[in-house]
Amino acid sequence: MKAIVFALRGFRRELRSGEVLVLLAAVGLAVAALTAVGFLTDRIGKAVARQANEVLAADLRLRSQEQVPEEWSELAREYDLATAETMAFPSVVFAGDTSALATIKVVSSSYPLRGAVRVADTLFGEQRVVDGIPAPGDVWADGALLARVGADVGDFLAVGELDLRVSAVLTYRPDQSIGFASLAPSLLMNIDDISRSGLIGEGSRVSYALLVAGDEAAVAEFNDAIQDLLPESIRVRSQEESSARAYKAADRAQRFLSLTSIISLLLSAVAVAMSARRFAHRRMDTVALMKSLGATQGFVISVALVQLVLLGLLGVVAGSLVGFVAEDLLSRILDDLMQTDLPSPGLRPVILASGSALVLLLGFALPSLLQLRNTPPLRVLRHDAMAPAPSRILVVGMSLAAVAALLYRSVGDIRMLVILMGGIIVIAAALYLAGRGLVALIGRSRSGVGVAWRYGLANVARRGRDSAIQVVAFGLGLTVLLLLTLVRTDLLEGWQATLDEDAPNHFLINIQPHEVDSVAALFEHNGVAAPVFTPLVRARMTKINEQSVKDRDYPNEDGRWLANREANLSWAAELSSSNEILEGEWWPADYDGPPLVSIEQDSARNAGLAIGDKLLFVVAGLELTAEIASIRKINWDSFQPNFFIVLSPGALDGMPTTYISSMKIEAHEQSMLINLVRAHPSISVIDIGAILEQVRGIIEKASFAVQAVFVFTLAAGIAVLFASVQSTIDERRFESAMLRALGAPRRTVFVGVMAEFAALGLAAGILASAGASVLAAIIAVQLFELPYEFSPLLWIVGLSAGVLIVCVSGFFAARSAINAPPGDVLRTAAP
Amino acid sequence: MLEAHQVSKQVSSPEGSLTILSDVSFRILAGDSVAVVGPSGAGKSTLLALLAGLDLPSSGHVVLNGANLSALDEDGRARLRAESVGFVFQSFHLVPSLNALENVMLPLELAGHRDARAAARGIIETVGLQDRWSHYPAQLSGGEKQRVAIARAFATEPAVLFADEPTGNLDSRTGSNVMNLMFELNRSSSTTLILVTHDSSLAERCDRILALDAGLLESDSWAAR
Repeated sequence: MKAIVFALRGFRRELRSGEVLVLLAAVGLAVAALTAVGFLTDRIGKAVARQANEVLAADLRLRSQEQVPEEWSELAREYDLATAETMAFPSVVFAGDTSALATIKVVSSSYPLRGAVRVADTLFGEQRVVDGIPAPGDVWADGALLARVGADVGDFLAVGELDLRVSAVLTYRPDQSIGFASLAPSLLMNIDDISRSGLIGEGSRVSYALLVAGDEAAVAEFNDAIQDLLPESIRVRSQEESSARAYKAADRAQRFLSLTSIISLLLSAVAVAMSARRFAHRRMDTVALMKSLGATQGFVISVALVQLVLLGLLGVVAGSLVGFVAEDLLSRILDDLMQTDLPSPGLRPVILASGSALVLLLGFALPSLLQLRNTPPLRVLRHDAMAPAPSRILVVGMSLAAVAALLYRSVGDIRMLVILMGGIIVIAAALYLAGRGLVALIGRSRSGVGVAWRYGLANVARRGRDSAIQVVAFGLGLTVLLLLTLVRTDLLEGWQATLDEDAPNHFLINIQPHEVDSVAALFEHNGVAAPVFTPLVRARMTKINEQSVKDRDYPNEDGRWLANREANLSWAAELSSSNEILEGEWWPADYDGPPLVSIEQDSARNAGLAIGDKLLFVVAGLELTAEIASIRKINWDSFQPNFFIVLSPGALDGMPTTYISSMKIEAHEQSMLINLVRAHPSISVIDIGAILEQVRGIIEKASFAVQAVFVFTLAAGIAVLFASVQSTIDERRFESAMLRALGAPRRTVFVGVMAEFAALGLAAGILASAGASVLAAIIAVQLFELPYEFSPLLWIVGLSAGVLIVCVSGFFAARSAINAPPGDVLRTAAP
Repeated sequence: MLEAHQVSKQVSSPEGSLTILSDVSFRILAGDSVAVVGPSGAGKSTLLALLAGLDLPSSGHVVLNGANLSALDEDGRARLRAESVGFVFQSFHLVPSLNALENVMLPLELAGHRDARAAARGIIETVGLQDRWSHYPAQLSGGEKQRVAIARAFATEPAVLFADEPTGNLDSRTGSNVMNLMFELNRSSSTTLILVTHDSSLAERCDRILALDAGLLESDSWAAR
């Protein structure tokens, strides 16, 4: 009790002295990074929980690429279940001359069977729950879609052959995907309009679904009854499976996000350890005095603990506030990327962050404080009497235990934890060694410079360990930010540069055979060369070498999926210029023998297929066997229509075929597309340029949001710098006073101190630029298969940002040493 | 009251074992004022540390208020100090985060005094700082700081007061004012005073002078009064 009173009494003064601010900032930063991410994941988690039970808008969904036959809905009604029909497909909608790709969601009147649709009467207006679906002739459009085509409520949108009135803004439908999905915003349409729209023709890419809902037992009975009866082409999914998937996806996202805050947390831990050392060191005199006045060890340690806990609490409060504001910013950035509005966050993230802050303090600050207990009271008479240094095993053990405890929450299983800890230790050791190397180089370079610089560089080298830690801490923050800014744009631009100038920028899909001639004529009429039409036949592979695809073993899950899904087949006489044969041989152009097939290399590998294997396809009830003659590599960047499976000429004759085509259309030729879509409503035009632009927008927003999280990393790096400077501030004040007493002008001392920070910043910049370059090369070559190009800009920005930020932060951290009057310092502050 | 029995202190240094005090014995009675004098490095501060139980002798032992300090653990010695020892240091050693009054309250509270604040108020007035009690050490002059330190030392009415060069950081006028205050309080409270000093005029104001040189007790003389 006495200890608490005493601790409280000194605490306010302690805060005002500013000395504990760095420790406070370090704890606050860790909490801010954790809560910012915590609040966001909490809100996403709540959104998922709220939506998970209605993601199907039904209890059971039967989905097929063809219309689900009436017998299944009749059967459902026999079980006393409610039903609804839906269709979904991509299509271009127009408002005047402006077009945008939309997901057309066609629904029958009983939709949704679970959950409710929400609409707003104006763009960005108040949303309300609505009963029912758009009336025939009306549509409800996603706000993003309206924004893209520049339309508003009351305007008409051209959808296929119809002009439909936008009667409300669609803000939520239960079966929309959770998370990022704004590539093709939704348009909700009444099923009564669909037959008149001309949007659906034979072979159209439509996903049909029959929704079923009702009494739980009846649904289960119905589900059991249909399991063995359903044809291969209809897939059933229950609400439980769907919500489990939603939870799993949300869980993965949450883990990824919380891992991004780990780097900030680790750097904050370093800052906490450093400033706690200083915190303890500064208390040594007071502790010795209190002991000389009769305070026991228990009292001394209690006082320090109470103050540490108070500091932790303050850090939690301040950090939570910053985290809350940061999360608000994050969710604003992500707002129009998220398909759903987020519920407000709860207190859980604050509790978790407080727990983490406590663990952080216990693991990284407590060892230094425990050492205080052993301060000899003799120190009141002899200033060199010190407490023995805390045991290395204790310090390392406690910090590792703390890191493990903090990581475990994000990782959630022991094996991953061990791997991650191992990885962190190896990377930290490697970075530390690199930092030491750079510091040693700086130390060596000091013989060739003037007195001020020599003083600064000597300081870097003398405090070798701390200098290296600062270089690494700061360099890490910088690396991440360089990656997210420069490297990201470099990669995107690098990829776009590899694209052919004349690469197609539009795809036409769903062209019926009878439309091919009139489409070609339309092109010629507009003075554009008629494109190549590539045939497409939808089929299902049922057997590989006489064995059912269901019973076969596959090298991996991708292979199983590939073999079991509905496949798009094409045929060609000549090998496309964007293809290259890796194994086997392409058939002669005039080939006229039994069907042969050529497989894309990744598909062949995943499905375990080899030359000579015999594949049995079923196309609209007809069977076709083809032997694998070659394995190809495809250059997808060519943007030409390409297929995993291509057959020899004649093999697909007589099968139901549609055509696809790709072409380069200049901006001034765009109006032609409107005529094309008006004349052929079932043809879908996909504007690749617009999609790339949207992808780029999404990547930019998402990486901007991640950057916001990593700003905490940079701030934590700066906190490490402050903590380190502060731990040497007495020494620095004394040295600078000495120099000035010896006749050095204030300017020289200033240059010396700045030289030290410039050197540290340069080293951090080198580390960050090198790190970002290596990572960029790995990402470019491994992930994007692009040649890596050295970026001088990365180095220029990395080095100058390193020098600039460290110099500015260093100046603020060390200015009391530069400005202290030498007389005062020399009288009182002999180290 | 305070006895040193063949007290020696050795420390290890890079040059080998170094003897700072060698076989020092004496006995001080309650209420005496004793000056410890000698040149720099004679072992004055070491002796003070051993007498106050801040450090333990390498051989021999110290008896303070009837307790053998070597037989107590660190907390035991701390409790003994809380009950019966006061300190005045050369560099004041006030707690920078506490104001003058709180600094004076500190030993009272550590000794479990019931009304520490009122007691501290009283003694602050005695040392003439009633207008400055709420000031923090950084806002006080050297002389004021030392008066706070003296108030703190006398607050618990200790049996023994140890003063280590109390005027060392003060100019001579302030120093002599501070010493007048200290001797006055010493007389009025009949505390035993052990004063380590370089200043011979200060030493002569004490009842008894112990002179140390190179760790040996050179002379033990009583002032002629």
